[in-house]
Amino acid sequence: MAAAAGGAARGRGVTSFQRKAAAGSRLAAVVGTRPSVRHGQLLLSSGLPSLDCVLGGGVAVGTLLLIEEDKYGLYSNLLFKYFLAEGVVCGHHLFVASAKDHPDNILKELPAPLLDDTHRNELGEEATAVKSEDFQDSMKIAWRYQNLPKIEASPTTSTKFGHYYDVSKTMSPELSQSTKWYSFYLPEELSSQPKMKTCNMNSAYARLLHSIQRIIYQEGFDGSDPQKKQKTILRIGIQSLGSMLWGDDICSNDTPEDIHSLTKFLYVLRGLLRKSLSACIITVPAHLIQVLEYLQMLSVWILDALTAWKSDNNGIFSTNFLGFNSYIIFVIPPDIFLVPQSLLNQASNRGA
Amino acid sequence: QGKFTLLRDTRTDGSFLVHHFLSFYLRAGCKVCFVALLQSFSHYNIVAQKLGVSLTAAKERGQLVFLEGLKSCLDLLFGEEEEQSGQPSPLQFMSESASNLKALFDFVRTSLTPTGSDSWKGPVLLVDDLSVLLSLGATPVAVLDFIHYCRVAVCSQLKGNIVVLVHSNEDSEDEENELVVNSLCHHSDLILWVEGLATGFCKDVHGQIKIIRRVSLELTAEQDHIQIYQYKIQDKNVTFFARGLSAAVL
Repeated sequence: MAAAAGGAARGRGVTSFQRKAAAGSRLAAVVGTRPSVRHGQLLLSSGLPSLDCVLGGGVAVGTLLLIEEDKYGLYSNLLFKYFLAEGVVCGHHLFVASAKDHPDNILKELPAPLLDDTHRNELGEEATAVKSEDFQDSMKIAWRYQNLPKIEASPTTSTKFGHYYDVSKTMSPELSQSTKWYSFYLPEELSSQPKMKTCNMNSAYARLLHSIQRIIYQEGFDGSDPQKKQKTILRIGIQSLGSMLWGDDICSNDTPEDIHSLTKFLYVLRGLLRKSLSACIITVPAHLIQVLEYLQMLSVWILDALTAWKSDNNGIFSTNFLGFNSYIIFVIPPDIFLVPQSLLNQASNRGA
Repeated sequence: QGKFTLLRDTRTDGSFLVHHFLSFYLRAGCKVCFVALLQSFSHYNIVAQKLGVSLTAAKERGQLVFLEGLKSCLDLLFGEEEEQSGQPSPLQFMSESASNLKALFDFVRTSLTPTGSDSWKGPVLLVDDLSVLLSLGATPVAVLDFIHYCRVAVCSQLKGNIVVLVHSNEDSEDEENELVVNSLCHHSDLILWVEGLATGFCKDVHGQIKIIRRVSLELTAEQDHIQIYQYKIQDKNVTFFARGLSAAVL
């Protein structure tokens, strides 16, 4: 798996080979997506090419990626931001919901994409030019490739799938403001009091659902209005769902007031995602996946709802598909990638 | 005829059995009421097409009554008030405070009661899956009542079959779910128990299936017949083989 990830890292941007789209292809090309080879589903990049490899090509449109936070929320936050940053670079729309950090601040802290020379000149930023020199110095072995464009990425016309980001730098304000996005900040939403149906759900969850449904309907992501047919994806990011800040005591109380609020929310959200051009990433507080076993049972592979990831303090992520696969997330600025733990164990055994 | 089959999965996904039974009964010419709570209609349609059955065609000719849970709950939460004047939504228990699955049962009964023009063979109720009802707020007692009412209506009165999928876990902390699963196990005529391999993921063997024929229910002093096979899911079918004898090993 690591070899595949490494191969993906090395292979991109070095050749100028572009596959021509099949003439008369019926799928209208949506920027930043590609069909899955296994079952024709449309896939999005999660922002981390190595995570895309693990997920079997990417996050499928209409599905939900659930990540359990590590103790301080560091690594889960990174994945969350990468998902959104990928949306900015591909020109997707974003919907950011949070009860703690204001979505404006979240958007200011997205990682900067690694761009090629021509685009950097357009932006005219010196900081990125300095970084390119660092890269050129480092190419001592592969010096023949030094003068080729590194990674092609342009925010408005990028047709690539999966980009690389510099985790130590934040995205330029021009780039992050160029994208269309919607925010849901719970403290602001709670002050308004519209009447709405809640289905016995926690009112914060109900408001969030109504807000998401309104955007999907009004902006035409569900294809219900032929006039407003959207050609882009709505990337939804919800931070720390299920925590006390959302008014849910399911993580902190042994006998919670309403144990079904969160599962009802996820069920309705899946319904919304399934019938629209959207994908969602949700971070949940630590141990919630154990509390709600049902979420584990939804961790099914292929064509399906949730992929649940657990993490511990050291940034070791594990998934629960048909077995157990553990991945270690390496953060070595500017890069961040996943390596299967089994491979590392093999390597260390051989070394010893 | 009149049989209750329980599909049970542990640590793996047993939905391939649901797809199999759906296309099996549709091909046999039975009238099917499919309470599909877990996935969207297009998901089941794509898989059914691989198995050679078109769900849209079956729906059009009235052979298949499809309740798409995901869509119904959206109508319930975001629907306009005027639409509620007709029949109540089958998933009404989500918004009503009483966890009463009567609306769902009424839906099943009206869809499977034969009308004069029907020429289908026996009715079949297929539920995917029951654990979703519990997670949406229904109490275990309400779920068991619902199943009981369905058995009376479908198995006894209409001489049809019921197939239900549930999830279970041996060391589960979800007591409500385990209560429902254990109770259903006692009442089933046939249990298909799908488990993931204890040793983890394997490319050639996706899991193990235990087929339990509840002969003990017939009061002939016989024990239940249990057969265990391993299986591998392929694109268009599933191969079963005796334990340890997968194609990769032979």
